[in-house]
Amino acid sequence: MIPLLQAAATAGTHPLTGTIAEWVWLVPLLPLLGFVINGALSLASVFHAGPGDPALAHGEAHGVDDGGHGHAAAHDDDAHGATGDDHHPVVRHRFAGVASIVGPGVLILSFLLAAAIFLAMRGAGEMTAPFIQRYFSWMPVGDMHIDAAFQLDQLSMMMTLVVTGVGMLIHLFSVGYMQDDPGYPRFFAYLNLFVFFMLVLVLAGNYPLLFIGWEGVGVCSYLLIGFWFSDKVNSDAGKKAFIVNRIGDVGFLIAMFMMFANMHALDFTGVREGAASLPFGGIVVTTICLFLFLGCAGKSAQIPLYTWLPDAMAGPTPVSALIHAATMVTAGVYLIARTNVLFSMAPVAQLVVVIIGALTAIFAASIGLKQWDIKKVLAYSTVSQLGYMFIGVGSGAYVSGLFHLVTHAFFKALLFLGSGSVIFAMHRAYHHTDNHDDAQDMRNMGGLKQYMPVTFWLMWIATLAIAGIPPFAGFFSKDEILGGLFARAQHSTIASASLFGIPGSGWLYFAYLLGLVAAFMTATYMTRMMIYTFHGPNRTGEKERGHLAEAPWIMTGPLVVLGILSAIGGWLNLPEFAPLGRVGALEHWLDPVVGESTARVMAGAGETSASLEYTLVGVAILIAVGGIALAWTRLKPESLVPKREAAPEEGFEKVLVNKYYVDEIYDKTIVEPVVGVSRGLLWRGIDAGLIDGVGVNGSAYLARFVGWIGSQFQSGQLGTYAWVLVAGVLAVLGAFSIR
Amino acid sequence: MLAEALFFSAVLFAIGVVGVLTRRNAIIVFMCVELMLNAVNLTFVAFAQSYGAAGQVFVFFVMTVAAAEAAVGLAIIIALFRHRQTVDLQNINLLKG
Repeated sequence: MIPLLQAAATAGTHPLTGTIAEWVWLVPLLPLLGFVINGALSLASVFHAGPGDPALAHGEAHGVDDGGHGHAAAHDDDAHGATGDDHHPVVRHRFAGVASIVGPGVLILSFLLAAAIFLAMRGAGEMTAPFIQRYFSWMPVGDMHIDAAFQLDQLSMMMTLVVTGVGMLIHLFSVGYMQDDPGYPRFFAYLNLFVFFMLVLVLAGNYPLLFIGWEGVGVCSYLLIGFWFSDKVNSDAGKKAFIVNRIGDVGFLIAMFMMFANMHALDFTGVREGAASLPFGGIVVTTICLFLFLGCAGKSAQIPLYTWLPDAMAGPTPVSALIHAATMVTAGVYLIARTNVLFSMAPVAQLVVVIIGALTAIFAASIGLKQWDIKKVLAYSTVSQLGYMFIGVGSGAYVSGLFHLVTHAFFKALLFLGSGSVIFAMHRAYHHTDNHDDAQDMRNMGGLKQYMPVTFWLMWIATLAIAGIPPFAGFFSKDEILGGLFARAQHSTIASASLFGIPGSGWLYFAYLLGLVAAFMTATYMTRMMIYTFHGPNRTGEKERGHLAEAPWIMTGPLVVLGILSAIGGWLNLPEFAPLGRVGALEHWLDPVVGESTARVMAGAGETSASLEYTLVGVAILIAVGGIALAWTRLKPESLVPKREAAPEEGFEKVLVNKYYVDEIYDKTIVEPVVGVSRGLLWRGIDAGLIDGVGVNGSAYLARFVGWIGSQFQSGQLGTYAWVLVAGVLAVLGAFSIR
Repeated sequence: MLAEALFFSAVLFAIGVVGVLTRRNAIIVFMCVELMLNAVNLTFVAFAQSYGAAGQVFVFFVMTVAAAEAAVGLAIIIALFRHRQTVDLQNINLLKG
């Protein structure tokens, strides 16, 4: 190994050659191995659909209650459908022990390896070029050469650490949360497979391989949303997620086709080089970016394709935490950051990204204000925070968007896992007393802080972090996004561009305003969630109250780690006005990947003045505090009644509870016409009419008709046969003589 | 000489064909088939005059086959008659798919 190292050094190769970074392929392969083992365990045991998942058996009562919400009503506890008797003996899966070692085990190994590679990168000093490992030639077609190649650079390293780190914690949490589920190894198999595909996504060295990961995580998302597939609501939610994502994927594919047509490359370095020959702000690069953003809007749940994410809460809560909050839905943000060279050349596309992100942020936040399901609040919060990330990466402040991605992964995973722990406790309490109430509705909770103090305190940390209270993680990242946006509204290539005749700076100021309002709403709905869940009197029920208890350590342990990360995550990238440690560490780390593009967008603009910066930060803090104060003073948990006694909402509140009726509008304007055309024209007209009628049956009728004609010659009359024979002879002779 | 022989055999063959096509009695159709065979025999013999004895040898083959055919064919016709009390070919139409 040492001579090899020396040879590499003398040949001027990449500084990572010969280090542990060569083993980067093992990082995704370990979860794949876990998938194979857990999948085999799952197949080796007969599936039995008994009760046992932690949030089970309230399905029937629930389905009636939520009937008015259309197909959006999907919850953890709809699983399997209640059988009426809740007191089956709990049957653990017979391979549960092996699965609980293999499932989280591979993730721990994977994370340790990723951490070792990270240390090797730190030790290798300044690394400007990405470390590319080619494994085999995947698609050599004509002049297109696509390798199965992994690219290790600062951005993919960051994402790998987030995916394996947060993934590891959520795997550990799942050991407790899913312990009594009959599909226990299957759950870990899917979860491992998801991590594998997610790592392929972030480590891929070219767009087609990234797309494989992109589709793979989509499949796993589908499988895990519909994990309790015996309930139709859950499998419908899975299908919805899958189909809505397809719309975005078409955009991604078209973008790839255009990239190859215009730059003759699909690997990241090739596109980076090829982009140099395209004109700045040209129609080609703008179109590519817009189509890429369509893909991102699907995967990362932005307007107009966000509707699948709230429904995706039908999956088990750890799935919501891992896939639909921390990792998969941020893939769109990653993709834009990865394509920063192109986006920095297309100010109009960047404007679109910022505006859509800002609209999504405020739209989802306003829906979150009036949701009663604890997971739905968090789901809309996720959509809203993803909008923030798109404001960041869209405005060319790539580091701020990615910074928010990381901190959001910490505090949103914590919030989801905390809500999982609450649902776990609620469900267990209801299970003991054979109660069929909704274990996820906040109107049935209240006053939980005395029963589950650990979860309570950790959830407050995450709430303060997402609301943007210093010094918690979300404050720094959100402030950086808004500050970066304001700076770009003053002077940047985006501000100089225009969209629909309105100058870019106007749009950016507008987005800034929307972002502030969304931040206010975020603080409000998160405080509302905390008040209704943990404060005030308990509304669970007299008999159930005694059974409420804190979750086991395997679940609270990961929560504590995430709580620490949510509290100190801001130290990753401290702003200059708060030099509590190394300033701008993440910015410095990501500089080789996005620095050039960021500078290009800023177009030589200087730093914003210190006084302005202090003003902006002050406004942000005021807004966060104001949002919390508003919720704290106005909301009275004492006057809240349990779900079954609650009166329906009136007026605008009703619109918010029903999510602006977007699902209904989509149903009427898109789904029903498509289904109608499919049923009337495509099925009855083309399939049954043309293909079956004319094609299949028609050819059969034709053959039968020709056969009938032939059969008419077989009369049995010897005379006729003889005539035909003679006629044939004469015809042959005649043919010969004519020649 | 050859031309007359060929003309005569052609006439015989044509009479045989017309008989096969038009008559309905199985015995007469059978005899007309024999007529056609013998017309062909005549051409064989006529050509043998100028092309060697192979034609005459072939005539013997044809006569042998015709004799066997007559034996089998007449037997079938007799069996038919016993079965159906007729040899009218219009009434015998079992030969179809």
